[in-house]
Amino acid sequence: MIRLLAIMLCLMLASYAGPANAQSRLPDAQWANEQLPDPAQEAEARELMESLRCLVCQGQSIADSDADMAQDMRALVRRRIAAGEEPEAIRQWLVDRYGRWVTYEPPFDAVTWPLWLLPLLLLGTGLWLARGRFRKNRGDR
Amino acid sequence: MTSESNRLILWVPLGIAGIFILFFGYALFFGNANPQQKTIESRMVGQPVPEFALDPAVSNHPGLTSANLATGEPRLVNVFASWCLPCITEAPQLTALQQRGVSIDAIAIRDRPQDISNFLMRYGDPYQRIGADVDSRVQLAFGSSGVPETFVVDGEGVIRHQHIGEIRPEDVPVIMQALEDAR
Repeated sequence: MIRLLAIMLCLMLASYAGPANAQSRLPDAQWANEQLPDPAQEAEARELMESLRCLVCQGQSIADSDADMAQDMRALVRRRIAAGEEPEAIRQWLVDRYGRWVTYEPPFDAVTWPLWLLPLLLLGTGLWLARGRFRKNRGDR
Repeated sequence: MTSESNRLILWVPLGIAGIFILFFGYALFFGNANPQQKTIESRMVGQPVPEFALDPAVSNHPGLTSANLATGEPRLVNVFASWCLPCITEAPQLTALQQRGVSIDAIAIRDRPQDISNFLMRYGDPYQRIGADVDSRVQLAFGSSGVPETFVVDGEGVIRHQHIGEIRPEDVPVIMQALEDAR
């Protein structure tokens, strides 16, 4: 039983540490895991980091990931916020390089408008259907 | 409201559910169901290389700046690291490209000089310049999301092609063609 568990653990570890996940031996970049001294700037950076997708992870934000690249992206975000850059300008800089894929907050444009409008449309349809129901019930009484 | 149109409206939720099932079914069977295989192409293809200046990554090669990439001749920029296993796989192909007269510069990601020297000694050294990108800053500016990646840069310093992942033997003609197209 213990041997089986050990084998399963090894398999899990092996599948986790694939060749693409090889790690650099360099220490973390400045600001990768260190908060900005100004709490307001740190809060701005935090909010942006939570809405940017880690490029090499599966469905994690750069705030949540320990991958080297996510750390370097956190360093980039904090460095630029500290230099006075607007969070949305930093997001746009990344979208210009990696496409919309990099942001968890999709912009409103020709491709993404259904994402924003469809829920409203469905809610409206639902309310309209329900309203018809209520009206009919009242008439029946 | 007539009962006739009421009856039709009853089908609307089913219709919406049907659309959802079609949508997710399509994504499941025809979409990229394995996110691990997703490659993110750089939007910088067609754009001039970003402004950068990297210090030398090893003592026997000069560093790399964006000015070094606008030389009038197309060249390759190889994004690599000594800690990256696929970079070992592509080393013979880079050497072959260099032997065919292709100029290759490199950006070494998060790497130490002694590790890079060892890597070049073991797997070959096809590079002219090697810049040290210790915090992936330039890699991010290129829109590159991993190692190895190789960019074709034309004589004016405009990025013309991106190869994601290791260069396999069958990729060499593709790279040669991209270099020819960048002329």
